Amino acid sequence: MNRFEPTYKPYGSHAILIEWPSKIDKNILNDILLFKEKIVYYNTKVIVDIINTYSSITIIYDSTIRNIYNEISRLKSIYLEEFSGEKENIYRWQIPVCYDLKFGVDLEEISVQKKLSIEEIIKLHSEKIYTVYFIGFLPGFLYLGGLDEQLLTPRKATPRLKVEKGSVAIGGSQTGVYPVESAGGWQIIGKSPVSFFDISSETPCFAKPGDEIVFIPVNMEEYLSIEEQEVEKSYQLNKSIVND
Amino acid sequence: MIRVISAGIYIAVQDLGRQGYGHLGVPISGVMDSYSAKLANHLLGNNENESVLEITLGNTILVFENKLSIVISGADTQPMISDNMVNMNRVLEVNTGDVLKLGKPLYGVRTYVAVKGGFQTEKVLGSKSWFKNVTEQFLVKKGDVLPVSPQKGFKTLKNASVRVDKEHFDARFIEVYKGPEFDLLSEKQQNELKNTVFTISKDNNRMGYRLVETVENELGSMLTSSVLPGTVQLTPSGTLIVLMRDCQVTGGYPRVLQLTENAIDRLSQKSTNDTFQFKLVDLNL
Repeated sequence: MNRFEPTYKPYGSHAILIEWPSKIDKNILNDILLFKEKIVYYNTKVIVDIINTYSSITIIYDSTIRNIYNEISRLKSIYLEEFSGEKENIYRWQIPVCYDLKFGVDLEEISVQKKLSIEEIIKLHSEKIYTVYFIGFLPGFLYLGGLDEQLLTPRKATPRLKVEKGSVAIGGSQTGVYPVESAGGWQIIGKSPVSFFDISSETPCFAKPGDEIVFIPVNMEEYLSIEEQEVEKSYQLNKSIVND
Repeated sequence: MIRVISAGIYIAVQDLGRQGYGHLGVPISGVMDSYSAKLANHLLGNNENESVLEITLGNTILVFENKLSIVISGADTQPMISDNMVNMNRVLEVNTGDVLKLGKPLYGVRTYVAVKGGFQTEKVLGSKSWFKNVTEQFLVKKGDVLPVSPQKGFKTLKNASVRVDKEHFDARFIEVYKGPEFDLLSEKQQNELKNTVFTISKDNNRMGYRLVETVENELGSMLTSSVLPGTVQLTPSGTLIVLMRDCQVTGGYPRVLQLTENAIDRLSQKSTNDTFQFKLVDLNL
């Protein structure tokens, strides 16, 4: 059953924007991802990309969409179709994170601000199962939902000009890993040795929207060992299949 | 091969962009002014998606280490080959050792140097467009050597040329569609967008152009959603940002306008202190 009534708008001459109620909600994500699978299943060759965010899908076409309202009607009827294709597996990925103070440069500040010990912060951060909502901001940057409310921390007043690749950070009610070096305003609590964006791989980004992430605390020695394996491309991420 | 003797402020290899990887957070990139780049490729008989050199604000010297057919298009940087003035938008035949000098643009911002067969640089995720963290190289530096396919003789289209409409470079109006959040604006804001003459601030590059004049604004940020090249974002301070080819795939500001493809090309030939007005057009449905 479809419990939502998404709205459809032209977005320029090459794209159509489909919107759900503007909030971060797992039910909305599931509805979006099911619709995405249906669009791919009924795909016509003219679609070059389908990008989802928390509450929207943008479909990008290869050229000007002729008769855009016909195309919108077609999408509306696809939304109402039962999905008869094979559903993609949902994975839960285990991401090693070293919360050493050498990497977690904002841990002490958050500890004071939140009146939580560093151990408690690490526990709260690594106990949760996070959902990947979408990838944006930077190549391979996962937008994750599910941060414990006790860890909600405002962004830094002045963003850092350089946040190292692999930095694990909190920004408002979100948490994530910087896949590449970048400027950034989130509070840094640790570092992952895992590569989140690897163009030499057939799938440059291992995770996809709908997948789950858990952070596994590792010590410095383990961090360095995994980092070395990553360079040799011999490190295998642990994952399990999550059944609905 | 083409050797770079001196490089202006920003030079990169670009084609029509990396389509289809937005869902991985990868920007589209590609030539800023696709009209000028396509024109150069057409004159050479290349595929229109062939990679070209995009040179921002001229001031560049290149040496050809092969016999080559080339076309220079886009911003007129008064090109000289071995000290002789040469034409823009015309197939030129260069010999080994010839030196191409590009000066300051007479008009426009971005000049394209296309070569027969394109550049033999790496293709990543289906595109030769350079972008930091996606391609190994992202900026041409002095001393770089750019590989091109060797050319045996000069066979085709010798001296083929076209006349380019100057309107492309000095257009007063930039055509836009309503953006997804246009209807959230008050009538007053909508009129301000239509009637203000906007100035491009010094904060302009391949990612986006920030405009000087502001629009009174009470809309805050919104939940992060998709953005596209050509999207005009309205920030809480009332400043407008026009996203360009290297923009991120998502953003959290209301998307009030969307440039037409042609308008992106035209805006990318404008720079700091240039002025223009938005002209709202209907989608051709």
